[in-house]
Amino acid sequence: MTAYLVRRVVASIVVVFGIALLTFILLHAVSPSPGRVVLGDRASPAAVNAFNRLHGYDRSIWNQFFSYIGQLFHGNLGYSYKLNQSVNTLLAENMARSAWLSGASLFLSIVIAVPLGIFQAIKRNSVADQLLTTATFTTYSIPQNFLGLIAIGVFALDLGWFPAEASQSESIVTYISDIRANFLPIMVLTLTAVAGYSRYMRSSALDALAQDYIRLARAKGLPEWAVLRRHLVRNASLSMITLIGISIPALLGGNLIVENLFNSHGLGLLFINELNNEDYPTVIALVLIGGVLTVIGNFVADIALSMADPRIRIA
Amino acid sequence: MTNIGEHSEELLLSSPEGGQIQGPRAGWRLALSSFVENKLAVVGVVIIIFFLAFCFLGPFVYHSNQIQTNLIAAYQSPGKGHPLGTDANGFDELGRIMKGGQAAIEIGLFSSLVATVIGTLVGAVAGLLGGIIDAALMRFVDVLLSIPLLFVILIVSAHYGATVVRLSLIIGAFSWLVSARLVRGEVLTLRVRDFVLAARTMGASRSRLIYRHLIPNALGVVIVNITFQVADSINFLAILGFLGFGLNYPQVDWGDMLSDALSSLQDGYWWLVYPVGICLVLVVMAFNFIGDALRDTVDVRMRRR
Repeated sequence: MTAYLVRRVVASIVVVFGIALLTFILLHAVSPSPGRVVLGDRASPAAVNAFNRLHGYDRSIWNQFFSYIGQLFHGNLGYSYKLNQSVNTLLAENMARSAWLSGASLFLSIVIAVPLGIFQAIKRNSVADQLLTTATFTTYSIPQNFLGLIAIGVFALDLGWFPAEASQSESIVTYISDIRANFLPIMVLTLTAVAGYSRYMRSSALDALAQDYIRLARAKGLPEWAVLRRHLVRNASLSMITLIGISIPALLGGNLIVENLFNSHGLGLLFINELNNEDYPTVIALVLIGGVLTVIGNFVADIALSMADPRIRIA
Repeated sequence: MTNIGEHSEELLLSSPEGGQIQGPRAGWRLALSSFVENKLAVVGVVIIIFFLAFCFLGPFVYHSNQIQTNLIAAYQSPGKGHPLGTDANGFDELGRIMKGGQAAIEIGLFSSLVATVIGTLVGAVAGLLGGIIDAALMRFVDVLLSIPLLFVILIVSAHYGATVVRLSLIIGAFSWLVSARLVRGEVLTLRVRDFVLAARTMGASRSRLIYRHLIPNALGVVIVNITFQVADSINFLAILGFLGFGLNYPQVDWGDMLSDALSSLQDGYWWLVYPVGICLVLVVMAFNFIGDALRDTVDVRMRRR
């Protein structure tokens, strides 16, 4: 077990380093010298060069890279010249809201998708199963922005049950408690996730049902509900853990569309606004954060999976 | 004992039509017939053919002016002369959808082609060579997979501008990762099969092994992947366009047409939103159907070997 852990940690560190390298390359490719960006188009070349020299942007690439890494180690994600604040402050403000939307929808989607998948596997090829498969298939094929548009069009504009915008409050407490305003965005996120999960969940539950230990349990005389509870749920949930780990980057990316549509001020909307603003330090810091969160998510999912499934530990 | 004997006989002689296994030819017919059995897949193929005809041949049949704006006729609801109304510039919406579909399908197909070609090569090389090269390539794929691709694609597309070719390359350049992983897995399984060992014994070079033996046999997985890739690319494109980073005006694609959708809805111009969206959904769904059916077909053949 420890050997596995150590291997995973080392692999994760290598990946994180690779991400930092890539984001640095990206940052350098699109915005090598922010002097022009900060001082504006009409500044003289001398002023731009002075600015660059002052902030160390005319050093060699390696020099800049090493100071970038050093900066990261100190937790400093960079400085946004356009907004005149450090990226850390920007992120801190918006992170909580994104986290709430993602967290709530992740929780809801697991609660819905796991029983759904198991139900579909048990009642395989029945009318209910086929209806559900078609429904999830259709939802899976709908691009998230269109799903959100339909939600707004029908529920907010035509029926007026929910507001068309997510909660705009500054305080995180008010944001979380405003369930009516955040209902639609969370629902859109959940539906997309459930559509993706349940296909996978259904096939893994089907696989688990076909195993010999299920036959044995039934042959032993266990009532069906006990068979399900003791064997099926556990084993089908294994793939659930991997799936959750893999969907963590999708959470950040999915938030982009939903946050844009519902005007919820989280990391996704920040990304879009700053991209339009050409504020590359912020934008690329977000990419870095996304990457690191993904690695952490995969790592946690791997560890969770290996704790749940002894077969992996031995491999 | 009898049970095992019967079982193995069944394995040797069965096929869906109940006849005898013949040769490699029967393999393709087998795949085709089980593909056709899947009704959803047939529906998918029909939808795709319909949209190909609609988008590429449609403009020849249904003439609409897509070049000169006509602001007087802007925002008209569906009615005479304009079955789906007009948009903000007075262009006929139906013609717009046809044109948008062209770009969407082109980019979808081209980018998934790029992604699959790169991914297959990388995966095959990694799977066959193994060792350090494999480990390094897979670490590289891991790094790229960890980065939220939507973010990076947005950055690159914002900075470098977007034409059909550029967008296809950008989307393809980031979608090859999954193909690579899949193909590598397939190659790892195929590598230990007898025919590969036989080829090796006969002195086949590595590249011959890859091109002549491994890739053709991994083709099933690759084709399944292509179809899903196309669905994902079109989805991606819709999102890119919606966020405003899709093709530049006057080129248009379906995602781009949805970018003002929110304000259109609020103003009540439903015909600018729902028809495009439904077309998008249908096309993506069709590719997903086909991909699913192909995957079932490939899996079944694998299991039956």
